[in-house]
Amino acid sequence: MHIVVCIKQVPDSAQIRVHPVTNTIMRQGVPAIINPFDVFAIEEALRLKDRFGGRVTVLTMGPPQAEDALRKAIAYGADDVILLTDRAFAGADTLATSFALAQTIRKIGEEHPVDLVFTGKQTIDGDTAQVGPGIAKRLGLQLLTYVSAIDALDLQGRTITVQRRSEGGVQVIQTRLPALITMLEGSNQIRFASMDDMFRSARLTVPQWNKDRAGIEDVSKIGLKGSPTVVSKIFTPKPRAVKAQMIGADLDASGTANAILDILGSRHPRLAQELGLIAP
Amino acid sequence: MAEKFDAIVVGAGPAGNAAAYTMAKAGLSVLQLERGETPGTKNVQGAILYADALERIIPDFRDDAPLERHVIEQRMWVLDEKSFIGTNYRSDAFNSDQPNRYTILRAPFDKWFSGKVKAAGGLVICETTVTDLIQEGKKVIGVRTDREGGDIYADVVILADGVNSLLAKKAGFHGELEAKNVALAVKEIHFLPEEVVQSRFNIKGNEGVVIEIAGAVTHGMVGTAFLYTNKESITLGIGCLLSDFKKAGIAPYTLLEELKAHPAIAPLIEGGEMKEYAAHLIPEGGYKAVPTLYGEGWMIAGDSAGLVNAVHREGSNLAMTSGRLAAETVIALKEMKLPCTAPHLARYKAALDDSFVMKDLRKYKELPDILHGNPHFFSVYPQLLNRAAHTMLMVDGQDKHSKEKTIRGSFVEQRSLWGLVGDAYRMWRATR
Ligand SMILES: Cc1cc2nc3c(=O)[nH]c(=O)nc-3n(C[C@H](O)[C@H](O)[C@H](O)COP(=O)(O)OP(=O)(O)OC[C@H]3O[C@@H](n4cnc5c(N)ncnc54)[C@H](O)[C@@H]3O)c2cc1C
Ligand SMILES: Cc1cc2nc3c(=O)[nH]c(=O)nc-3n(C[C@H](O)[C@H](O)[C@H](O)COP(=O)(O)OP(=O)(O)OC[C@H]3O[C@@H](n4cnc5c(N)ncnc54)[C@H](O)[C@@H]3O)c2cc1C
Repeated sequence: MHIVVCIKQVPDSAQIRVHPVTNTIMRQGVPAIINPFDVFAIEEALRLKDRFGGRVTVLTMGPPQAEDALRKAIAYGADDVILLTDRAFAGADTLATSFALAQTIRKIGEEHPVDLVFTGKQTIDGDTAQVGPGIAKRLGLQLLTYVSAIDALDLQGRTITVQRRSEGGVQVIQTRLPALITMLEGSNQIRFASMDDMFRSARLTVPQWNKDRAGIEDVSKIGLKGSPTVVSKIFTPKPRAVKAQMIGADLDASGTANAILDILGSRHPRLAQELGLIAP
Repeated sequence: MAEKFDAIVVGAGPAGNAAAYTMAKAGLSVLQLERGETPGTKNVQGAILYADALERIIPDFRDDAPLERHVIEQRMWVLDEKSFIGTNYRSDAFNSDQPNRYTILRAPFDKWFSGKVKAAGGLVICETTVTDLIQEGKKVIGVRTDREGGDIYADVVILADGVNSLLAKKAGFHGELEAKNVALAVKEIHFLPEEVVQSRFNIKGNEGVVIEIAGAVTHGMVGTAFLYTNKESITLGIGCLLSDFKKAGIAPYTLLEELKAHPAIAPLIEGGEMKEYAAHLIPEGGYKAVPTLYGEGWMIAGDSAGLVNAVHREGSNLAMTSGRLAAETVIALKEMKLPCTAPHLARYKAALDDSFVMKDLRKYKELPDILHGNPHFFSVYPQLLNRAAHTMLMVDGQDKHSKEKTIRGSFVEQRSLWGLVGDAYRMWRATR
């Protein structure tokens, strides 16, 4: 079995500050981390490998510094990592990102066929949750989003059964391999690396793939050129103005209570009806 | 199979980085272990970087080290409740091509230094805590870490694990740190736009100002405070002896709050956004508290060896220098094909004795005792000095001669004439 996990290096949002004067995000000095959702994806892949054998390849597209994220993945126990990096990828939106990643996974599959792809549910910086589905669609993989647990994997029958969180409950879904899973947060706890894996990680030369290595020929589909998204404006949303309504304290207790109920009733007629404040 | 190296360095602060870098550059196989997520995440310093110590390790460090500002002005302030008296020394000579003091932020600085270790061929592993030294009899032959399969071996282990070294204690290299030999310091970093920092301190470009502070803010405890300018922030901190904190029953952050509210300080940090709060110990026992520095297969450097000059607030430079000297000792022994036994590692102690590290610590060796025995240095004098300045500057119809008499009177009244003479003598002896 061969699992590919896609991870993204993101700024640690807990440590991002907004410049008090210019209101811009200050990225300088903010440590980069593996997107927290993707850490669950790594661990879930490693657990499957522990149970069923096989190999785990971790893939990221990003600048050369993103190799720190891959080094960490090796420490956790990944077998291989690939840093997809090329100036031509710069400025990619979700469309171009999922195209490049899909193409790379196709290339990886030529050498070692891929049974499962994991991504995080979403990133904490881009937040779109589009990249996983984008990859699945392009590669014709069965798509399982918002997965919180893997119940069963049948390598002979080539099926996988997962729990998927949906509005109002949990769905248990079975589908065919190959599939792409986007992992929810909190589904597992990342392991504490062994000393051997720490050594492997510290000594690793991270393999870098450029667009040619990934078999990408059509440069109009990657980077800025392949990104139709336009950022028209960035702003800090104003906190919603909460209107406080003042009630005069010149009434007695029951008068004040009635005044409050009247206001509540006028704002929430259904509640008022249920409470019997006004006739149906 | 267990890994083996020429040397293992525990800790990636200035001492550990200096040691690991120096050995890796000389071609030794070096493993450096750090418990923090990245080097620097756990470390606290004011922080003033003294260029000389680093220059001897990385001569062209100015090309790419993350430096905040070079110091062109030093202020010394003695605070009373509402006032302060002080001196300024500012010189354009500090604006040379090779300034000798910089303010730094330890997190990026340590990360940079660690990058140099890796580039020189050292193997750096973070998020890994050394829990024990592996010993064969008295001889240290490796370290045990908190990870599965965590035993690693080496010809020599350099302990650079900072103040209150649990490893050295566990191995019996030194005893429990005494509360009177260690200061507890707290500090905050307040973010302010670059232009505001520049205009508040009357500086241009990367020029910087440092203020060393003593007086009422320590409530008579043995301690000092400091304020350093960074590029886009101000570091403010205060520290006193742990034993004094215990006795006084005052919490360190209370002192920091009072310092921030002091009329001399408040306007300097006004409008700043607090970005970082940290507390850390500083070994201040001086010369007499320095433990054994080497043994069979091990050496100890930096804060873990108590190498701090509290009088001049120097620590990182002693750490780097001791780390470098420990490394040079290993390199020399390797060249001569000599094992890292205690008699051979004695060269490290000799090299330290011969350097400014031990010479300076020796010079001030009586000071800690004197300060312990004379708390009025930190309570009575600040008040007297401020009152004297106030008296002299008040134009109130009193003649200057009478004012001087009042001032002299106030000094003698608070502290007998013999007391004053004695204090002067003791301070002179301790700092001579
Ligand atoms: C409105 C908008 C404008 C943007 N403009 C720009 C721009 O001008 N320039 C620019 O550089 N970026 C820009 N971005 C960022 C860029 O589009 C995204 O970072 C990138 O496409 C991934 O999208 P995401 O972060 O929303 O990932 P999501 O879709 O939320 O990620 C889901 C999962 O996909 C995987 N994944 C995502 N990204 C990667 C990756 N790079 N490598 C491997 N796996 C990955 C991870 O497993 C992740 O958990 C913009 C984003 C938005 C929303
Ligand atoms: C508030 C304050 C202000 C200061 N101001 C100045 C100043 O302006 N100028 C100056 O020169 N000095 C200053 N100092 C002193 C200076 O910070 C120290 O002397 C210096 O950091 C000592 O370096 P070190 O490498 O010995 O120890 P540290 O910098 O403490 O590094 C020790 C490292 O070892 C790691 N470690 C510890 N135990 C283990 C373990 N078991 N396994 C793995 N890793 C471990 C720690 O995580 C840490 O990274 C100041 C100190 C404080 C607290």
